[in-house]
Amino acid sequence: MHKLLTDDPGQKMLLLGNEAIARGAIEAGVAFATTYPGTPSSEISLNLFEISQESDLYFEYSTNEKVALEVAAAAANSGLRTFCMMKHVGVNVAADPLMTLAYVGVKGGLVILTADDPFMFSSQNEQDNRYYAKLSGLPMIEPSSVDEAKELIPYAFDLSEKLQEPVLFRTTTRVNHSTGVVTLGKMRPRVTKGGFGKDPFNYVTVPAISRKLHVKLLKNIEKAEELSEKSEYNFTKGDGKWGIICNGVSYNYAADAVTELNLSEKVKILRIGFSHPMPKQKITNFLKGCEKALVIEEGEPYMEEAVRAFAQEAGLTLPIKGKDKELFSQLYEFDPAMVRGKIAKYFGLPYTPPAVVNLSDVPEIPQRPPNLCAGCSHRATFYEIRRAAKELGMPTIHPTDIGCYTLGFMPPLSMGDFLICMGSSVSTSCGFSKATDKKVISFIGDSTFFHSGITGLVNAIYNNHNFTLVILENGITAMTGHQPHPGVDMANFSLSGYGRISIEELVKGLGVKHITLIKPYRVEKSVEAIKEALNYKGVSVIISQEMCTLYAKSLKKLKARPFYVSDKCKNHRDCINEIGCPAFFIEGEKVRIDPVSCVGCMLCAQICPEKAILPVKSEK
Amino acid sequence: MDITRLIIVAVGGQGNLLSSRVLGEAALLSGVPVRMSEIHGMAQRGGVVESAIVFGDAESTIISDGEADLLVGFEPSETLRALNKCNSKTVVITNLSPLPPFTVAIGKGKYPDLNKVQELIRAKTSKLIAFDAVALAKEAGNVLGVNMVLLGALAQTGILPLAVDNIKETISTRTKKAFAEVNLKAFDLGFAAAGIA
Ligand code: SF4
Repeated sequence: MHKLLTDDPGQKMLLLGNEAIARGAIEAGVAFATTYPGTPSSEISLNLFEISQESDLYFEYSTNEKVALEVAAAAANSGLRTFCMMKHVGVNVAADPLMTLAYVGVKGGLVILTADDPFMFSSQNEQDNRYYAKLSGLPMIEPSSVDEAKELIPYAFDLSEKLQEPVLFRTTTRVNHSTGVVTLGKMRPRVTKGGFGKDPFNYVTVPAISRKLHVKLLKNIEKAEELSEKSEYNFTKGDGKWGIICNGVSYNYAADAVTELNLSEKVKILRIGFSHPMPKQKITNFLKGCEKALVIEEGEPYMEEAVRAFAQEAGLTLPIKGKDKELFSQLYEFDPAMVRGKIAKYFGLPYTPPAVVNLSDVPEIPQRPPNLCAGCSHRATFYEIRRAAKELGMPTIHPTDIGCYTLGFMPPLSMGDFLICMGSSVSTSCGFSKATDKKVISFIGDSTFFHSGITGLVNAIYNNHNFTLVILENGITAMTGHQPHPGVDMANFSLSGYGRISIEELVKGLGVKHITLIKPYRVEKSVEAIKEALNYKGVSVIISQEMCTLYAKSLKKLKARPFYVSDKCKNHRDCINEIGCPAFFIEGEKVRIDPVSCVGCMLCAQICPEKAILPVKSEK
Repeated sequence: MDITRLIIVAVGGQGNLLSSRVLGEAALLSGVPVRMSEIHGMAQRGGVVESAIVFGDAESTIISDGEADLLVGFEPSETLRALNKCNSKTVVITNLSPLPPFTVAIGKGKYPDLNKVQELIRAKTSKLIAFDAVALAKEAGNVLGVNMVLLGALAQTGILPLAVDNIKETISTRTKKAFAEVNLKAFDLGFAAAGIA
């Protein structure tokens, strides 16, 4: 049995934040769950996917976040408790349904989780999604810790049903990827079949109806504000004439600082866990008892703006600070010592920062950036594209996309010139090829192509653009931890009853006239085929098919056959300099291959001018 | 309860997440409050994995620069890179078997001299325990047991608020059955090595 289905209220378990959230969903009786995977949210769905295979929970990996939310909206409006989760930038994709679903509302509880990523550990930006709550008018809940995250999921569902509105649930990486002790609660039984009561005059959002629904939304915001005022998750701790208002993980750092600086009699903390609508009266009362207040929040001055406005309205003139050159930045994540230092500074307390060892005489340590795995088929494709373009003397631009293959932008492959969001490779190719004279060759993974590459390709065909799109079909969503996508053979997951879409057929159906399939481990053949595709005027598509090496290994579909560098090697180092495979290393000026990492893809063996790289078994 | 802060750094694939998991479970078993965090964005793609484990009465799950009581490095250059987490009172444990990053192979940087690495850490912190954990893992019967060897060394310092028996019990219940015996052996070898290092 899945450990998150353990029916033993009171039992303590050590859980990752994302596991705790999944457990929270189980305790809330969630019957329907949808997602598109994205770090730092991915383990929530991974657990629910597993649980769905041994229970009546319905779970799906949807094509993208917009689809996930629309699927969820229907389930929730049929009365089911529905959970929809995504990373912060996924909400941008889902923003269209989100804004109007806020007007329509829900019948069964709907919680939409946004996993924000301050510091961008694994994201392209660090946008603060609290503003989506303000923009849509929906309530927002924010936990500070792993155990609270579990507790707040059922709370958010109750809230959603009380207000008949979706509730936004915002985490940050340090909640998702922290681990803590959680006490299991009771599991509410799942109700897995609902009913949809037709009511077109409240559901079909033509202007006249939306005008009415907006009124309803504003009333709901008022109701939500009352609940926020009363919520035990907007609580005060400690007592004193100095005030700190904080949320999320900033609360942990502030609480620890108060203990460490011995301030429990001087400082009181207002922790905001129900952050939209902000509890105006609670905050005003809190400020009334303060001489000075400090707002501690990662990201944008979301709370600070509200706090200042409430103070102004109440005619309070105490100093309030937060984002400030001398205090807190909008950049990156916070840490305990930094928050401690700023609290001391703002309230004028003596403070000695931690004595970090002197690092001035530590030599520069070579960087260890992430790299495509040894034997990753993307490396072979990148090498071949580069060689083909070079042999044709084509100056190129390479829009790229989001996945493991983004790493191809680094030397020595250097295949990646422009990236803004999921799917942007295809549509930006349209722009670059019209606006410049260069040959545009762009890269997109299979999962990303399904997510948001298809519409760009439709545009390219319709508007008669001229570029080559390389679809890297490795049969899985690799980067986020090997989730399936619409092109995956679900037998690999020992699951049946799924459809499967062929990228080749799809691209053909869209009207692409020049389609080339390559097997990237066959270097010469691929380079020739690529050249032909690059010479085509119009939209040509190359589909590079080879299963993700890491995934193939985990499925035991790939048996490593390591290679070694024989003494035929003349030390040109083309292998290292052209392809940058991490299985290579240098030992006493000689090139070596680590037999443990080498899988035997034979890319290097095919490009070595001396044919010096040979399979280990022939070693004498 | 007093707070003890531990940082573990490793290269993706070295199994440090399992070792922090074992420590967390052992803390739960011992009734010691514990909070941890990890950054493993692209660990599987050869990057660095860092875990922070905070024992005792704290709310934070991360550890600021200069605030680690203990630093355990699974790879010598990574131990050195994490020195910013240390202060003059920190106890450092490092494996001495290097895994040079790929950047060295392509001529972007030079791997630091191992003696120099130890000299620097020793001079700046209160104590350095350094040995070849890979050799001991092999001796125990599994090269991948580096994490268990280092757990043993960590337990030997006596700085963690955990009973050695509780850590061992967690290893036998929380690691795969087939490996439990080898893991315990690796743990013991690390424990002994730290005693003489
Ligand atoms: S996980 Fe797969 S796709 Fe990603 S770098 Fe490794 S082999 Fe390549």
